[in-house]
Amino acid sequence: MGDDAMNKEVFEIMNDVDYDIAWCPGCGNYRIREVLKQVLADLKVRPQEVVIASGIGQAAKMPHYVRVNGFNGLHGRSLSPAMAIASANPFLTVIAESGDGCMYGEGGNHFVHTILRNPNITMFIHNNMVYGLTKGQASPTSQCGFVTPTQPADRQGVTNTPFNPLALAVSLDASFVARAFIGDEKKTAEIMKQAIRHKGFALVDIFQPCVTYNRVNTFRWFKDNTYYLDESHDPQNRIQAFQKTLEADPYPLGVFYTNPRKPTFEEASEAYLDNKKPLFDRDVDIEKLSNLVKTFS
Amino acid sequence: MKDFSIVVSGAAGQGIETVANLLASILKRSGYNVFVTREFMSRIRGGINSVQLRVSSKRVAAYTRRTDIAIPLKEGALRHLVKYSRIDKNTVVIGEKSILDEGSDIKSDHLIEVSLSEKAKEMGGIILLNTVSAGVVAAFFEVTEKIVEEHLSELFGSKGKEIVEKNLNAYRAGHKIGEDIKTRLSIEPGVTISDEVKEHLLLTGADAIGLGAIAGGCNFMASYPMSPSTGVLTFLSQHAKEFGLVIDQTEDEISAMNKSIGAWYAGARAMVTTSGGGFALMTEGVSLAGMHESPMVIHLAQRPAPATGLPTRTGQEDLNHVLYASHGEFPRIILTPSGLEDGFYLTQKAFNLADKFQVPVFILTDQFLMDSSYNIPPVDLTKEKVEKRIVKTQKDYKRYTLTENGISPRGIPGFGEGLVIADSDEHDENGHITEDLHLRVKMVNKRIRKKLDTIKAAAIAPELFGPRDYRVLVLAWGTNKHVLMEAIESLKRDDVAMLHFNQVYPISDTASSYLEKADEIAIIENNATGQFANLILRDIGYRIDESKKLLKYNGLPFAVEEVRAFLEEVV
Repeated sequence: MGDDAMNKEVFEIMNDVDYDIAWCPGCGNYRIREVLKQVLADLKVRPQEVVIASGIGQAAKMPHYVRVNGFNGLHGRSLSPAMAIASANPFLTVIAESGDGCMYGEGGNHFVHTILRNPNITMFIHNNMVYGLTKGQASPTSQCGFVTPTQPADRQGVTNTPFNPLALAVSLDASFVARAFIGDEKKTAEIMKQAIRHKGFALVDIFQPCVTYNRVNTFRWFKDNTYYLDESHDPQNRIQAFQKTLEADPYPLGVFYTNPRKPTFEEASEAYLDNKKPLFDRDVDIEKLSNLVKTFS
Repeated sequence: MKDFSIVVSGAAGQGIETVANLLASILKRSGYNVFVTREFMSRIRGGINSVQLRVSSKRVAAYTRRTDIAIPLKEGALRHLVKYSRIDKNTVVIGEKSILDEGSDIKSDHLIEVSLSEKAKEMGGIILLNTVSAGVVAAFFEVTEKIVEEHLSELFGSKGKEIVEKNLNAYRAGHKIGEDIKTRLSIEPGVTISDEVKEHLLLTGADAIGLGAIAGGCNFMASYPMSPSTGVLTFLSQHAKEFGLVIDQTEDEISAMNKSIGAWYAGARAMVTTSGGGFALMTEGVSLAGMHESPMVIHLAQRPAPATGLPTRTGQEDLNHVLYASHGEFPRIILTPSGLEDGFYLTQKAFNLADKFQVPVFILTDQFLMDSSYNIPPVDLTKEKVEKRIVKTQKDYKRYTLTENGISPRGIPGFGEGLVIADSDEHDENGHITEDLHLRVKMVNKRIRKKLDTIKAAAIAPELFGPRDYRVLVLAWGTNKHVLMEAIESLKRDDVAMLHFNQVYPISDTASSYLEKADEIAIIENNATGQFANLILRDIGYRIDESKKLLKYNGLPFAVEEVRAFLEEVV
C-alpha cells in the first residue's frame, strides 16, 4: 500500500499548477480522478506514455487534472483522436474520457464506428445521466420522466428512451464492455485496470452522481439500484452479456462482455505489418517511391 | 503549335475511359504529348459522358472546344457534343448510322459512317468496341504495334494470352478503318514526336496529389469518399501496404478531421481529402487545429455547389469557404496548384509548411485537375526533403511557449521526458485551461499576429508568364494557368502577360508590385462572384473592374477559345 500511494503521486498534477479543480464540491469526478491515478500507478505506466483524450464538459477536464499527456479536443470527438493517437503510436496507453452527453450524444456516431474498428484504446464515460456544464438539461442516458429545465414537468419530463450504451456495445461486438459505480472505488479500480490492460477497444461506463443537477440519481440511488454480476456470468457468452445489459432495475455492474479474439485496428493496419516503429520515427522510402513513380512512365 | 483533338463520347460504363487511357498511354510511349480531360455525369451507368484527348507537339493542359475527330459511341452522344459547341464544320465524326442520323442538322462536312460495333462483334464481341475505337484514332499517328502489344499485355495479361490477342486483332481492325479515313480525307495531324516524352510520367491529378503526399511523408489518412476528391484516398489506400500507411475510411468527415489532428499530435503526418460539402463538416475541426496549433493538411477538390451541386463537375467556388471556414481567428495557408507538377511539389511542401508553422494548410484543387491526365517530366524526389520539426521534450516542456515568431517547439507524447498537453480551451504555456484574460491576449498575439507575419514572409510568390513590360496583366489561380497561358500565346501580343498564383493566401507581398506595373488588370475564375478578385481587393486594395472578369460557373472548365475571345475583347 505504501509503494502504491507513493506511485500515485506521480500522476498528481495539482501541486505543479496554479489553478484549482473546476468541479463542484462532492462531485463524483473527484473520486474517479483518485481511482484513475491509482489505476495508472498500479499498472506501472509512466506519465509520458499515457495520453488522455477528452471532449468537452466537466468530465472532459480530466487531462488537466491528472499528470499525463492530454488531448483536450472538441465536444463529442474524443474517440476519433484517441484512435488516431493509438494507431500513430501503438506504444502509448490511450484513454478517451468524457461525460455521457459528450460520448453518447454529440459523439454517438463515433461511438458506434470506433467500436467497429476495435482500436487499442480505453473509453471511460462519467455517466451521471444529466448535463452538468450546460446546467441541468437531459442527457441521452437520462431516465424517462426525469424533469429538467428543457424537459419540464408539464411536458412529462424526459420522454426519450434512455440510451443503453452497453447493449449497443455488445450488439456491435465491442471487445470489452463493463459498467462501474464510483461509490465502490475498489471495484471500480479493478474494472478500469482490466479495461486498460485489455488489448482492443474497452468501454467502461462509470455511474457517478451529479450533486448539483441530478437530485434523482443520487449516490444513494445508484447504491440501491445496482448489483454486481456474480461468478455465474460468463463474459465470453455474448447472448448472456446482451441480456444482462438490458437489465435496469437494478443495473448490473462488472465486466459484461469480452471478446479477446478480435484483432485491433493497429494489428489490421498495413502500417504495422512489417514495421513496429511508431509513425513519427519513420522516413519516406525514397527508393520505393522512385520505383512507384517509374510505373507511371 | 500543332495539336490534334479527339473526343470520344458515350455512356457511363461503356468504356470511353478505356479508349482514352489506352490511346494516351500508347501515344505517350510513342513520343507524343498527350492531354486527357474528362466530363461525366453523376451516375454509374448510362447518361452521356465524354473524354477529350489532345495530342500535341508541345505540352498542353487545357480543354479546347475544337474537336478534330469525334467518335460518338451511343445515341445522344453526338447531340451532347453539339449542345456544348464542340462540333464544327471541320470535325470528322466517325460513328454508326443511327448515331450520325441524329446529327443531320450539324455543321460538320465529314460525317463518316462506320459500324464500329459490327466490327467489334466480328472481332469477338461488343466488349472490343473500345479497342477498335482506339485503333481507329491511333491510325492518325505513328504508333508501332509493339508498343500497343506491350500495353495490351500489361492491361489484359492477367486474363490470359487469348484476351491480349483478341484485343490486338480488334486494334488492328480499327487501325485499318482509321487508315482508310485518313487517306480518304487526307488528314495529317502534323504533330511531332520527341524521345524525351517517352520517359515522361502519365499521371492524373489524383495520382500527382497522392504521390506528393507520400513524398511529403504522409503516413496517415482518414477520409470519407466524396467526388471529385476520392481518387487521392484510393491512391493512398492502394499503396498503404507498400509504404506502411495508416488508412481509415471514416464514418464521416468530422471523424476524419479529428483523427487527423490526433495523428499529428502523436507524431504522424496526416492529410484529409474531401470536397466542399465534406469540408463543411470538418470546419469545427479546422478551428481545433487553429487552437491546438496543430499542423494539418487538407486536400479539397472543388466541385460546383451549394449543397450537392454538380458532384462530378468542376469549379473554383470554395476559396471563400477555406479562407473563412471555422469559428474564431487563426492563420492558415491556401495553396492552389496549377496542374500535375505543382500538384505533386506543393502537396509535398504542404506537409513541411504545416509542420513548420503548425497551422492548417489547404491544397485547393478541382475536378478538372483530379480527372485530367497528361505527361510531365519525371518528378524530382530530392528537390524538397521531409523536414520534421518534432522536438524531443525535456522534463519542463511547455507546448505553447511564448516565442518571438509565434512558433512554439512542438513535442509529441512518448518522445522525451516532458508531457504534451494540447487544449481546445484558451490555455497557458503548458497547455492547461486558463481564464486569465491577460494571458488570452498574449496567446492570441502569438497564434495570429506573430505567426501570420512569419507565414506571410514565406508565402510562395506568384509567377509571371509573358513579357515583363506588359500593359495588360491577366490573373489566374489554380488550374486556370494552362488555359490562360495557351490563350495568351495564341494572341501573339507583346503587351499581355499572366500572373498565376500557386498560393492565394496569404498573398505574397511581391504580388502588388506586379499589379502596380499594369495599365489594365483582368482575371479569370470558375465562380460567379470573383472570389479571388475580391480577395485581391481585400488584401492588396486593387479593384478589378467587373468588365475585366471572366467568370464561368456552368461546371465545365474554361475552353482555350472562350478565354481567347475574352482577351480579345478586353485588351
